Amino acid sequence: MSTPAAVGLPTEKLTKKALTADHPTWCPGCGDFAVLASFYKMLERRQLPHEKIVTLAGIGCSSRFPYFVNTHGGHFIHGRAVPLASGVSLARPDLHVFLFGGDGDAFSIGGNHLEHGARKNINVTYVIMDNFVYGLTKKQTSPTSPIGFKSKTDPQGAVDQPVNPMKKLVSAGASFVARSHATQVNHMVEMMDRAMQHPGFSVVEILSECVEFYPGAFDAGNPRKGGVFQLIEEKKWDGTPEDEERHDITDEIAAYKLASLPFPGLFGVFYESDRPTKNALEAQWVQSSREKTGGLSALEILQKTFDRMK
Amino acid sequence: MTSESHPVSPQPTTHRADLRPEHICDAVIRLAGNSQDGIQSAGALLARLAGRSDQDVMTYMTIPSTISGGPSLFQVRVGTGEVLSPGDEADFLVAFYQHSYKDNIAFLREGGVLLYDSDHVEPDFDDKRFVYVGIPITGLTVEALGGTAKDKGKNIFVLGLLARIFDFDVEKIKRLLREKFGGKNESVLNTALMAFQAGYAYPVGNVLSTRYKFEVSEDAGGRPQLTMDGNQAIAYGLIAAGVRYGAAYPITPWTTIMETLRAELPKYGGLFVQCEDEIGAVSMALGFSYSGHLAITGSSGPGISLKTEAIGWATMAEMPLIIVNVQRGGPSTGLPTNVEQSDLYQAIYGGHGDSPRVVLAPSNVEDCFYIAIEAARIARTYSTPVFILSDASLATRIQAFDEPDLKSLVVEFLPNLTPRAPGFQPYPLEGLTQHAPPGTPMLGGVYPTVTGLEHDEMGHPTGSPRLHMAMTAKRRNKLQKLAGEIPTPEVFGDPEGEVLLVGWGSTYGPIHEAVKTASEAGESLSALHLRHLNPLPNGLEKIFAKFRRVVVVEMNDQGLYGYGQLASLLRARYCDPKITSLNKTSGLTFRVKEILEGVLK
Repeated sequence: MSTPAAVGLPTEKLTKKALTADHPTWCPGCGDFAVLASFYKMLERRQLPHEKIVTLAGIGCSSRFPYFVNTHGGHFIHGRAVPLASGVSLARPDLHVFLFGGDGDAFSIGGNHLEHGARKNINVTYVIMDNFVYGLTKKQTSPTSPIGFKSKTDPQGAVDQPVNPMKKLVSAGASFVARSHATQVNHMVEMMDRAMQHPGFSVVEILSECVEFYPGAFDAGNPRKGGVFQLIEEKKWDGTPEDEERHDITDEIAAYKLASLPFPGLFGVFYESDRPTKNALEAQWVQSSREKTGGLSALEILQKTFDRMK
Repeated sequence: MTSESHPVSPQPTTHRADLRPEHICDAVIRLAGNSQDGIQSAGALLARLAGRSDQDVMTYMTIPSTISGGPSLFQVRVGTGEVLSPGDEADFLVAFYQHSYKDNIAFLREGGVLLYDSDHVEPDFDDKRFVYVGIPITGLTVEALGGTAKDKGKNIFVLGLLARIFDFDVEKIKRLLREKFGGKNESVLNTALMAFQAGYAYPVGNVLSTRYKFEVSEDAGGRPQLTMDGNQAIAYGLIAAGVRYGAAYPITPWTTIMETLRAELPKYGGLFVQCEDEIGAVSMALGFSYSGHLAITGSSGPGISLKTEAIGWATMAEMPLIIVNVQRGGPSTGLPTNVEQSDLYQAIYGGHGDSPRVVLAPSNVEDCFYIAIEAARIARTYSTPVFILSDASLATRIQAFDEPDLKSLVVEFLPNLTPRAPGFQPYPLEGLTQHAPPGTPMLGGVYPTVTGLEHDEMGHPTGSPRLHMAMTAKRRNKLQKLAGEIPTPEVFGDPEGEVLLVGWGSTYGPIHEAVKTASEAGESLSALHLRHLNPLPNGLEKIFAKFRRVVVVEMNDQGLYGYGQLASLLRARYCDPKITSLNKTSGLTFRVKEILEGVLK
């Protein structure tokens, strides 16, 4: 269904100031601050029309995101933000739909929705701030907590195998899958930007430290703490011998292999495919249905249907 | 059926093709077979035929939840004038199998006609109450159609027999067959026409001494009649109301609504999505609504339980949403293909916290169409979730009703994206919420948030005791405002007297027929039917005051304290001890005589 465009409005430059809303409720030192700052930067770079940006979230520390961004936004229930965002995206192709949440929201309570949002390849950009712990409820085991992690619900250490986000997303059918680290602002901006420009279900998992309940979790990926932030080298298709060694982002198996590397693994784009979105496929069906009805009004179409029921 | 019939021998004796038809006003025809015999489609064709002939018609069907096999029945009541219920007793029973005969013969009235497949059924001829008409339906169908179709087509053969017996308009039936089977390959249609012709040509006059003809309806020449079932009526009502988006998950008996909307909405530029589960479906529907397109989700009891948390969000975020619950027997998986009205509490109260929502219930198939329009109007005006409580009996019941005046009903809505002035608030304490959907320029530069957290007028979280009280009152007050604009329903029958029956939903027909029957017998019995259940319309207490007893008739349990779900609500609201309950929990609709016996005992 078409949506009338707003006309005659002053176009102001989209600045961080214009995008800032409530002061974040996160703990000092939380990795999510840097994710928020990177999101502002990406929006400043892209200069999308302010009113066309939608920021949605489920429940969790990171899911407070929409209150801190001055755009149209919604704070939904735990784990169900993917279908909410899918509804917005399918009905309103004019909008840029951004979704934010944590590992519990995405991989635990919302796991089924993530799976099907990815499978349907709905056009949304999903930033998952993964801290390997439940923070809002104060230190319980999360679906990404490593085995042995001691939490209030696993005082002897977690025993369940954690979700591998990259593998899960690639196997579910997400068409853009990337990974970043909350200490690397430029990399986050780049990943979010590519995700936003990708038509389809695009996900960026960002390792974002919970300084309160899992401090030091991601030091191994942080050079300032003696770790290594190693990027994926993507194929340039230049025919050089060194290109042979580089990662083909359209290769699912290669993405799996990368995702199997020991922690902290690599960062960057694991997988991207250009398969059609549900948005496009449904729009085609709507268009062909409209062509068959030959531009009749709703009243005329319904009248014709009723004439057959007499 | 008002004729006198005489028992005849099961064997053809004399040729009676010259019989003159007897005129009747009302007939209940029950077809009993197995679920794969296509008796539903034969029954539906009969119903559609009646609708096209300006007869009033109502059907009743049961299908086992198994896909193939198991007993199944379809009952059509065709009448000249208003038909309110599918009928307590059958005038005519068509039995395909011995079990169909055994299970349904008690339902045939004395003097009624048993038409049975003599290839499968051996009736008890010592029982002299019925007229026995044995016809080798299976053998004749196989003979007419040749070997490959086996006995498929028995249903259409029987339709031919009935067309002969009731003097139906053959051309109209053939046209219906063409519409039903014409889309498939030619041979399917030809087979159907051959089966029909074979049934119609059978010399039924040899075995049945009477033929019948319906009186011409007084309404003939008025508005044309539409024939459809309740689920179709809800789907088309939503379309008329400008609802263009929805999402759901399949569950019996809700599913046919989503099938209809999935196929129809793209023609109108809209979309219906089958989701991964019930929670995903309600969430996606809320996404559609938030985007500015009022959306619909729906299910049956168990699925509604799953959607409950998100419906609470809709109350808190003040997001318009239509939720259809086609009720079935519960709790849990319960009785998936039977009828019950036991989800009223769930619709009104199902959720944590104080979460007021609107609950409506259609009273018959025609009302399914109009209640959908009412639901959309309320959802948009009050920016609130609205339940439509239908049930399994309405879902599959086929009724004929006057064609709606679409010109005055069909509306189109686009998201309202006009720029909002500085100071716009999504949740004003004074005034109704009307959201600014995403895409709306905010001229003051401040963008709204919709949220399930308690919030201030801009939609930002707050733990303020004052604001929680004020916002709780805001969500409650808007439904009180709605109550003030709902018309007080009118009493059917005398406006004062001994007993007032109060009903809601699909019990409308049998309750009203009970009032008619009692009035004819000189008893004082009236009825009040509620379409708006939450909030209730104002002024009911004045109506109750005119009666000595108020009996709430509903298909749910009497509960721990002796009162059904609506009866408990009415007693809580009016503190009136004369409100009592008449309940039924068999999974079957009320019979008229059950109501009369229950009330007048």
